[in-house]
This record gives sequence, C-alpha cells and structure tokens, in this order.
Amino acid sequence: MNLPWLTVLTLVPLFGGIVVAGLGAEQRRLARGLTLAFSLVGLTGALCLWMHFDATSGNLQFVEKHDWVPSLGIQYFLGVDGLSLLMVMLTAIVVPLSILASWRIDDRAHIYNALVLWLQAGLFGTFTALNFFHWFLFWELVLIPAFFLIKLWGGPKRGPAATQFFIYTMVGSVTLLLSFLAIRLATGSFDFIELADMAKRSEITAKLGEAIGWKSHIGLLVFFGAFLGFAVKVPLVPFHTWLPSAYAEAPSPVTMLLTGVMSKMGVYGFLRVLLPIFPEQIRLVLTPLMWLAVLTIVLSACAAFAQRDLKRILAYSSINHLGYCLLALFAVAGAAAGINQPELQKAAALNGVLLQMFNHGLTASALFLFVWLIEKRSGGLRGLEDFGGIRKVVPVFTGLMGIALFSSLGLPGLNGFVGEFLIFKGVFPLAPWAAALSTIGLLVTAIFLLTLIQRVFCGPLNARWAQMPDLTLSERALVFVPIALMFVLGIWPQFVLGVIDPTVVKMVQQLNF
Amino acid sequence: MNYLQVIQLAAPETALTITVLVVLAVDLIVLRGQTVEQRFHAGMLVSIIGCLMAAILAFAHFEQGNLLNGMLVVDPQTNFLKVVLLMLTIFTVLISASGKFTEHVGEYLSLVLLGTIGLMFLVSAEDLLMIFISLELASLSLYILTAFNKRNARASEAALKYFLFGGMSAAFLLFGFSLLYGLSGSTNLPQIAASLAGRGPDLLLLVAIVTTVIGFGFKVAAVPFHLWAPDAYEGAPTPSAAFIASGSKVASFYILAKILTLGFGGAEGSAVWHGYVSGWTPVIAIVAALSMVLGNLTAIVQSSVKRLLAYSAIAHAGYMLLGVLANTPSSHSALLFYVITYALTVLGAFGVVTVVEAATGGDALANFAGLNRRAPGLSLCLLVFLLSLAGIPPLAGFIGKFFLFSAAGGADAEHLGLLWLVILAIVMSAVSFYYYLQVLKQAYVLDAAADAPAIKVPPVTMFALVLLAALVIILGCAPGLLLRHL
Amino acid sequence: MLAWTIYISFIGVLVLMLLPREAARAARIIALLTAIAGCVVAFAGAIQQSNPGEVTTIVKVPWIPSLGANYFLAADGISLVLVVLTGLAAIAGILFSWNVEKRTKEFFAFYLALIGGVYGVFLSFDVLLLFMFYELTIIPKYFLIARWGSTRKEYGAMKLALFSFVGSHLVLIGLIAAWVVARAQTGHASLDLLELSKVSFPLGFQHWVFPLVFVGFGILAGLWPFHTWAPTGHVAAPTAGSMLLAGVVMKLGAYGCLRVAMVLFPEGVRMWQGEIAALAVIGIIYGAGVALVQKDFKFVIGYSSVSHMGFVLLGLATLNTIGLSGAVLQMFSHGIIAGLLFAVVGRMVYDRTHTRDFNDLQTMQLGKLLPFAGVTFVLAGVASMGLPGFSGFVAELQVLMGAWKVFPVATILAGLGIIVGVAYILRAMQKAFYSDAPPGKFGHDHPLEPISVPERIGAVMLITASLVIGLFPGLLLNWIQPCLNSPLFERLLKGGSL
Repeated sequence: MNLPWLTVLTLVPLFGGIVVAGLGAEQRRLARGLTLAFSLVGLTGALCLWMHFDATSGNLQFVEKHDWVPSLGIQYFLGVDGLSLLMVMLTAIVVPLSILASWRIDDRAHIYNALVLWLQAGLFGTFTALNFFHWFLFWELVLIPAFFLIKLWGGPKRGPAATQFFIYTMVGSVTLLLSFLAIRLATGSFDFIELADMAKRSEITAKLGEAIGWKSHIGLLVFFGAFLGFAVKVPLVPFHTWLPSAYAEAPSPVTMLLTGVMSKMGVYGFLRVLLPIFPEQIRLVLTPLMWLAVLTIVLSACAAFAQRDLKRILAYSSINHLGYCLLALFAVAGAAAGINQPELQKAAALNGVLLQMFNHGLTASALFLFVWLIEKRSGGLRGLEDFGGIRKVVPVFTGLMGIALFSSLGLPGLNGFVGEFLIFKGVFPLAPWAAALSTIGLLVTAIFLLTLIQRVFCGPLNARWAQMPDLTLSERALVFVPIALMFVLGIWPQFVLGVIDPTVVKMVQQLNF
Repeated sequence: MNYLQVIQLAAPETALTITVLVVLAVDLIVLRGQTVEQRFHAGMLVSIIGCLMAAILAFAHFEQGNLLNGMLVVDPQTNFLKVVLLMLTIFTVLISASGKFTEHVGEYLSLVLLGTIGLMFLVSAEDLLMIFISLELASLSLYILTAFNKRNARASEAALKYFLFGGMSAAFLLFGFSLLYGLSGSTNLPQIAASLAGRGPDLLLLVAIVTTVIGFGFKVAAVPFHLWAPDAYEGAPTPSAAFIASGSKVASFYILAKILTLGFGGAEGSAVWHGYVSGWTPVIAIVAALSMVLGNLTAIVQSSVKRLLAYSAIAHAGYMLLGVLANTPSSHSALLFYVITYALTVLGAFGVVTVVEAATGGDALANFAGLNRRAPGLSLCLLVFLLSLAGIPPLAGFIGKFFLFSAAGGADAEHLGLLWLVILAIVMSAVSFYYYLQVLKQAYVLDAAADAPAIKVPPVTMFALVLLAALVIILGCAPGLLLRHL
Repeated sequence: MLAWTIYISFIGVLVLMLLPREAARAARIIALLTAIAGCVVAFAGAIQQSNPGEVTTIVKVPWIPSLGANYFLAADGISLVLVVLTGLAAIAGILFSWNVEKRTKEFFAFYLALIGGVYGVFLSFDVLLLFMFYELTIIPKYFLIARWGSTRKEYGAMKLALFSFVGSHLVLIGLIAAWVVARAQTGHASLDLLELSKVSFPLGFQHWVFPLVFVGFGILAGLWPFHTWAPTGHVAAPTAGSMLLAGVVMKLGAYGCLRVAMVLFPEGVRMWQGEIAALAVIGIIYGAGVALVQKDFKFVIGYSSVSHMGFVLLGLATLNTIGLSGAVLQMFSHGIIAGLLFAVVGRMVYDRTHTRDFNDLQTMQLGKLLPFAGVTFVLAGVASMGLPGFSGFVAELQVLMGAWKVFPVATILAGLGIIVGVAYILRAMQKAFYSDAPPGKFGHDHPLEPISVPERIGAVMLITASLVIGLFPGLLLNWIQPCLNSPLFERLLKGGSL
C-alpha cells in the first residue's frame, strides 16, 4: 500500500499528545490509557514496518520526498534503512515500557503522558528524517519534553540538572546548525544522502574552502561543530558531565527513555551524518578521537565503580557502553591500509555498533525499570549501601534484575554479549591498541556490576527490608518483555542481524574510498 | 500723480484708516457707558468688517503700480501679503476677546489696526525712507500695545525695554540707511543695487550692512538683539504678544529679504563652509546660528509658557534667516511659506495661552496641567500648534521646515555649502521637541489639581483657534494651496 | 486597496474621539473592529497582489511639485510582509489591552493613530511621505507610554521620544542632502524612492550620508550602542505599548535602514558593511548577556528585543539575497514573538501579580496557578530561542547562512548569542513559572484572576502565526525573494548573491 507510513508513524504520537494534554488533571486513568494506546499503535506500526522491510537490500525504503521550501533547499524527506528501522523499533518498544512503568505518577498525569508521547514523536522523526532541516526540527523537538519531564517530576536537584542538560545539548545543537549552514552554503544541499555522495567524491572540503575561505581550516572547523553536536548527546568524555545528574534526578521511567533511546540519537547521528559526510576530517584527527573513545570507556567505568547511587552507577555504565560504539565507529572510519579483508572487519564492527545500540537500549531501560521498582518499595532510597541481602525477600526480583545486570556485563547467551563481541572482533584488526586498552573497561564493568549485585542482593539481610514485597503479577508481566528479548537476542541475534546486515554492508562500501 | 492715484493704489490701507476712525468713534462716542464686553464686541465687529473690506480691496481691486519711485509698490505678491496680514489681524482681534486686561477697548483696537497699516505700508515699500516710516508706525503701535495693561508693572517694564531697544535699533537703522544713501546716491532699492554693483567689500558698505542687520535683527528678535523679546512677550498682554509675534514678523522678514537681496544685491559674499567671502551672507549666517542655538537651549529651562514661546520665537527667527540666506527664488518662497504658517501657529498658541491665563491666573507650566480633561477642544488646538512648531508632520511647521532646509541646502548644490547651517538647524529643531513636549505633557499626561478652576473658552476665541488649527493642518497636508501664491 | 489600512485606522481614531468620555466598552469594540478591518484589508490586498516581485502602485498623486514630492503609496513583497505583521500585531495588542480602564477611548485613539502611521511607513514609496509617517508615529508613542505606562513612565516616554526624534532628524539631514545632490545631477527635483534609487550619488558623498541615514533609522531599530532607549521604554510602556514598540515600531527603523538607507546608497553600504556587522553582533551578544542578569522580568524581554534586532541588522549587513531575506523574515518573526513575550509578562503576569521582580515571582508558583500563561511563555520562549518549527528558526537560519559567506567570525559569535539566548529564556522561565523555591503566601491569599478570553485568543493567534510560518516559511518567502530579485535591489546585491 502506498500510505505514507513514516509520516503516519510520526504524527500518531504527536496527535496523541495533543489529545492527552487536552484532558483534565483528574482524568488520570483516561490519560494513561490513551497514552498507552497511542504508543501501542506506534509499536504496531513499527512491527508492520519491520515485516514489510525488504531485508535483502541496503537501500532506503518507505521513502517520502516532497519539496518544502525549495528556495532554501529544504525538503520533506523520510526514509528508513536498517539502521533507522532498528532505532524506530527500539523506540517503539521502550516507550510503552516507560509508560507502563510510570503508571502511578499522579501529579499532572495528563501533561506527563502528553510529554512522553511528544518525545516519542520527536524520536520517530529524528530517526527517519533525511534532510537536515527536517531532521533538525525533530532533533530539537525532543529536547523540550525531556527538559520538562526532568524539571517537573524529578528529584530534589532537578532544576539544575534539567537546565544543565538543556544548555549542554543546545550548545551542541547550535554548533551543529552553524556547521550545516556552512555546508549548505558551500554545496547547496541539506540532503544527507546527497552530501554523503559528495563526501565520497571528496568534494565537500574543497567546496567549503571555496565558499568561505580559511581553506586550510574550514573543513575541520565545520566538522568540529557537527562533532560537538553529537558528542554531547552520546555523550563522549569530556562532554558528558550533564548526564549523571540528569539521569539521577529524572524520574526513573524518564531515565529509561533517556538512556534507552535518547542516548542513541547521538550514535545515530554519528552513523548517519558525521561518518558519511566528514570521513576526511575524521581521518585527520583520528588518533585524538580514538583516545577520546578509549577514555570514555575506561574513565566512565572507573567512575561508575566509585558511585554510591544506583542510578548514577547505571548512568556511568551507559556512557561506558556507548563508548564501545564510538570506538568501533572511529576504527571503521580511520582504518589504515594493509589489513586483511578490511571490509569484513568493518562490517563486523558496524554490525556490532548497531546491535550494541539496540541491546544496550533494551538492557539499560530494563535496568532503570528495576531501579524504579526498588525505589517504589524503598520509598525513594537507592543508595548502594541502603540495601543488602534482599535476595532473601525478593528472589524473583533478584533473579530477573540479575539477568539484566549480567546482560549489561556481557555474559554470553544474553544480548549484551553479541554486540560487544562483534565490536571487538572488528576493532582488534583495525586498531589493536585501542581495543586492548578498552578491555580494561570490560574488566572494570564486570567489577562494579558484580559489586552492585553483591552489595544489594547478597550478604546479610538488611533488617529494614524484611517485609519488602516481591514483584506483583503486573510487574512480572512488564519485565517479562525485555528479559525475554534479552534471551532471544542473545541466542538468536540473526533475528536482527538479518535485517541490518545489508545496510551495514552498504555503509561500509560508502566509506570505502 | 495725484492723491486720487495714491488712494486708489493704497485702497486697503485707506479703508483700514477709516476703520480706525470709526472704531474710535463708536467706542468713545456711541457706546459710551456700555459694558466693556459690549463695547469690545462692537469694536471687534467694526474692525473685522474693516479688515475684510481692506482685504477684498487688496485682493480684487488690484492694480500694479510703483508710486513715487518705489515708495508704494503694488504687485500680486505684496497684495497677497497684505491679505495675510489682515487675516492675522482679524485673528488677533478675535483672540483678544478673552483678555480682560483693559477697559480702553477702542484705543486698543485702533492701535492694532494702526500697527497693521504700518505693516502693510512696510510690505509695499521699496524705498528706504518709506521703509523706515512704516516700520516706525508699526513699532510705535506695538510699544504701546505692550504697555496696555496698566495694572501690571511687568507690562510697563517690558514696554519700556521694548521701546528703548526699539529706539536704539531704529537709530542704527537710520544710520545704516544714510550711509547707503551716501554710498549710492538714491533711496530706491533697485537703484541702490545698481550703483553698488561691482563695488566689492568696502568698509562703509560693510558698516551699512551690519547696522541694517542690527536694526532688523532687533525687529525679528534674532540673537544678539533679542534681549527685549522674552520680557516683552511675557509682560505684554497676551494678545499683544501674539500680534508682535505674528504680523510684524511676516512683514519684517519680507522686507529684510527684500533689502538684502534687492538692495545689497551685489554684496552677498558667501557663508559656505570653507568658502567664506565677506558680505552680508556670513553676517546673517552667524546671527541665524546664534539665534537657533540660544533660542532653543534657553527655552528648555523655562517655566513660563509665554517666555518659552518667546525663546522659541527667537529660535524660529534663526530658521527663517536661513531662508533669507539662501538667496534663491525657491528659498524666498520657502521663507514666506514658513513665516506665514509660523505666524498662524504662534498666534494660535498665544490664543490658547490667553484663555488659560484668563481662567487660571497665570501662564506657568503647572497652570496647563490636565488641560486635556478640563478643555479638550482647547488642548487639541494646543497640541496642533505646538507640534507644528516642533516640526511634526503632517502639520504646516514640518513642511515649512522641510522647504526651508531643502532650499538652504540646495542653494549651493555643488558643494552643499550651507549644509552645516542646515545640520545645525535640524539638530536644534530636534532639541526643541523636548520643551514643546513638556507643555504637552502637562496638558495630556498630568492630572489637574483637584481644586483647579474650570476653563471656559469664549466661543469667539474658540472659533478662531479651531480655524487656525484647521489651517495649520490643511497647509501641512496640502502646502500647494499657499505656495501657489508665493 | 492596501491604502485603506491607513485610512481605516485614522477613521477609527476619529470615531473614538467622538465617543463620550466614559464609553469604555464601545471604545474597545470599535478599536478591535478597526484593527480587524485593517488586518483583513492587509491580507486581502496582499493576496491580491499578483506579482510581489515588482512594486505595485496603489496611489500616485502629485503633492508638492516644486519639491518633486508625490503622494505615492505602493507595495512590493517586503512591504506586504510587514503590513501583514502590523495587522496581526494590532489585533493582538488590542486583545491584550482589553482591561484598560483609565481613559480607555483615548488609549485606543492613540493606539490606532500609531498603527495608521506604521501602515503608512510601510506603504510609502515617496521619501518625504515615508518620513512624514515615520515622524508621525512618535507622538502617539509618547502619550501611550507617558499616560498609561508603569515603571518610570514619563522618563521612559521622554527618552524614547527624544531618541526617535533625534534619529529621524539625522535621517532628515541625509534626505535633504540627497535630494539636493540628486536634483543637481538629474536636473529635476524628486523625492520618489524609485527615481532616487537610480541616481548614482558620488562615493565621497555616500561615505558620510549613508552612516547618517542608517544610524538615524538604526536608532529606532535598536542598533547598538544607540539602543538604550529600548529597554527603558519597553519596560515603561503599557503591555500593548511594549508589544507594538518591540513588535512593530522597531521594525520601522530596520525597514527604513533597508528601504531608504541601503537602497539609495548601495555603495555607501559596502563601505560600512563591516562596521554594521560588528555593531549588529555586539548587539546580539550584549543584549543577550544583559538579559541574562536582569532582576525584572520585563527587562529580560526588553533586552532580548535588542538582541533579536541584532540579527535583523546582521542580515542586512550581509548584502546577499539570503541574508536580506532572513532579515525581513526575522522582522516578521520577532514582531510576533516579542508581542507574545510582552503579552505574557505584562498582561498575564504583571497585571495580576503587580510585581515583575523574580525574587517575588519565584515564590508564586505561577506554573501551577496560571498554567495557560506558563505554556504560552514556554512556547514563546522556545520560539525566541530559535527552536525549529517556529518562525524564528527559519529567519535565523537564513541570516546565519548569509553571514557565513561574508563574515564567518560574526556568524560564530552570533551562534554564541543564540546560546546565551537559550540561557536567559530558560532562567526567566524557571524563575517566573517553574521555580523550585519554597512557595510564598501569594497565591493563597489573593486568588489570581484566570486568563480571560481575549488573552487566550490573542495568544493562540500569535502562536499559530509563528508556527505556520515556522513550518511553511514559503508563504512569506514567496513574497520576499522575488522582491529581492527585482531591479530595485539590483545595485545593492550586485556584489554577491546566493
């Protein structure tokens, strides 16, 4: 059928948000119900897309392309390939989970739910748009609901956390905007696909130099602007300082969204925008970039180890997991010559990146869901030292959270392993020293996650929690989905790999010059 | 040449003279014993009829003529100016209706009319002697009019100052005129010009120029001959001040321009920036600059509205001198346009002050507080007059200034030589906005004190003011109506 | 047809003046009807205009032949954009002044006179006529602020009036000089904009006349460092006054810069291009920086106006099609957004709380008590930040693109300005509406009157306008861009178009 699937997919949560926001403050149940319904519609839509996606070709599908403001080169351009589809799927899964988790949030429930729906719309839009203006519209659109979700429902220090989050991201966005304006000026295009082609022919730097001057530096300057925009989102050390506070202060269901999907926006940006359009510049500054990635991996793991707040531990762990993605990205971009079968290694690395994005999204949001469940039982306490030995009273909870923690650790058989494995498989040949250093991160991750398990679940039972109730039936149903997916993807990653591989191969070819 | 011819050519003046006699007669003989108001209304009626008749005679019955070698020159332009002067007189008389400063109605009105006669002769004169005589006729009437409020000591002081200054400046003028006669051998302006042509800068000529400028500078209240003006305007009964500010300015500027351009035709010199050449132009330029600056800056600190208008008159004299300076046909008509509209405007402004003064007992800024609520029509007229003086479009003052400045700027197109003076004028004009706004602030923004007396506007005065305001607006939007005749 | 926007406004003034003193309701309704009529005419005339690229004469009648002045009203694409803005802003201003009780009919009389004058400026193609309407607007402005304003109203009004007057007189000097030189060159006097634009003024002459005229208009446009009247004036003005001042009147200055200074003296602009850009950027950053530290809510918005006008001036300084297009679009966009911001601060907040101090507002939990105001401010604030989807983004996009080409450093600094812009909006939003400070007694002691229907209509109207143009900028760009390609702007853009 020739319906504009992607437009509908994006508009449904947008429209839903408007409807929910219009409800009164007392109609909480209606608000929640409607929100869930809309998000499930989104899930259904994503599943349909998945079914109808032609997994054999790496090209864009479900393309919609219309002129919007011709004089400025702005087009309404949507399309999905494997990468986009994966991200859309992730969003469609995580958002309903978050909505269900926040079922008991009462204060201004209708606004809360409307904001979540608008967040979803923004995310769908970001992952499917392919013209800079169109894409940037949704990229920025995501910020407002996120800001308010943190600001209005968050913890004690939510004001500064939200402000920091907003301003950091905005700074990145402004530099991103400036860079793309320069690019449009030079090349006459806002279209990501066109620009990628031009970059393949090494035209972009030359054109920038012609249009603006500063021939020797303009390319790097523009690259740096765009880089900053995405590096803040991922985040890369040293642009990460907004994250721990934001994740900690936001209500945990919101953190599920932040870590599950929004952090992937940054990596997606690297993949969709930065890598195809600025390969020359990446090569030029490759070593510093790799160092940044390594530092991100190692430092964040060490920092996680030093934290005492559960959410902060997991926050730093998030940074760590995404660091692997960036490691692989940089390695792929800057691979030196003389490697055996470079395309294969690159494809492996990129497949790993995509998988890691999906898996981490799932796992991390599940983990924060578990933290939320603990918080509900402990009255908001979530320090490492507050608990102890609770596996005696909540065995089911322990078991399920344990599975999620081990997946995050990278235990084979669970989904976290596959992504990391592929990344290392690809990066070792391409940049051995970086891969070697990054294994420290793996080690430290194992340490702090096991420490967490030990402190919280094992050991003598903390008398305070002797009466802690275990998971209710609805909660078990809720966590069943991510846990099940963890197993499925751990054992049968081909389910996803089959869909994304052609896209990855095409990406590698795109970079191969 | 016989007296019949004189009377025919000077028909308007003759009519007016007869009116003077009739007014005196009516007041002193017929209406003796009636109330001041009745006498005033009767006298007013007679004066207005007389002026109208004179105006009709000037308008309709015109013949061209040049009597006695320039003593009485009648041509369309002088006739038009006479009509204007008569209009101004009519308005002055209408405005005097609300003043309660004197019981000597007949004398007052006849002095006004006599002053007008003097001005009318002044406008028609192209001969030095005639100029001097008419000037004196007008001035003497004005001195007495200034002193008319016998009960007010300041009026007497003002009149004395005016008289002494006036006498002295008349002496200077006469001295200058006699020098001119001596240099050229004639008292007729074109003939003087012919014989002075090609003379170059000559010390005696320069002295003649300077003294003439002094004489007329006093008359139009230009710096540094202005010292009488603030006191005279403030002390004189307001309608007299109005008359001084309006009619005499029109005539004086016209004749000054005539003398300088016609009489001293060859001796202009140049006041162009970096292009100084000795002559009457630089002298006028300096006087103009000083007037603009001093007039505007001093007006800022005034608290009496009449004094404020006096200093603003000094400033406007500066602008008008710009028109004299430029010495091109377009600047000449711009000057006349400006001075006529200025006269209408300032007459209106003084009219409003008369009403407020009569009702509240003073002309300080505070007396105008809340005028908008107490007398909305009156304050609307005040708004129109003051904004026109400030030069806000679409009022006549703005167009007048634009004409003047563009004519002055365009006088020496190659080098935009006079532009420095134009810039000074524009800057000072911007400054003037502040003090006009101060008065309007009182009227529109501030509230009257709770015990402020009510303001009743006599219908006759109101009619005159509304008419004046309408004229100011109409001439501002369609200046062509007036320009055609200039 | 478009000329009727002017006439209708002044007819409205006359009708209002004839009303009896106490007829407040009638005054409001008449004023609203007049503004709506004007807006409808504006839209109709704009849509009717078949070719925005050329100057379409509405009325051309000889006026003062000796000066070469005609009563010449015309419109091209840029005029249309601004006329439409005026229409919208006029209606919004009246809706947000629905609660004026003191001397209502006079308030609206001055208001409509101001609107009429503004329409006149945007439609005049004779330089004298343009100048006349330009100066005409100073008087209603003065009285609106001096009589109905708030903080230091008389001082603010006088400062504003004097600055505007001085600015317009600087322009007058330049205009007279230009008229004289043009007359000498072409042999006949003319004040017609189109004719004057074809005259090649000598370069030395342009070197000093252009800055004079540009600065003269720039004073009203908030050109740094002549902007100091703006914050004081905006804060002193009543809500509708600030909305119009920041929304429309500042645009008069920018329009004058473009239509008169730049079109008449294209070589002059080039000579001073760098300086203008520098001042514009300083204005952007300075305005934003100062807004960041204000304690008074309205001052934040006042300074933000200076900052946003800096973008307009930067766009003008780029001298390429896209930069100029961005400048005009920013004029429209900022007009709407500033109107909205002042409406929230002045009408929705101040009229109810009687304080604009953040320290007081923080304790009031306005986000909960006045949710509509909170949401409106959020939307207006993000539009002001330049969030995509709203009109400000497209405008800033174009200005920055144009600036990249010519002034790369300025572009980066302007980006810095945008970031500071984010910061001050965020700060204001948090302090005024969503503060975490402990609640004071305010909301419980004095129940706040809910947001009235006229306010809601006004807010929705303005937000919709910004959204529509943000999502479909083509609507306005289709007017602006053909206009910039027309012969009138040829000499100006010759040096580098995009």
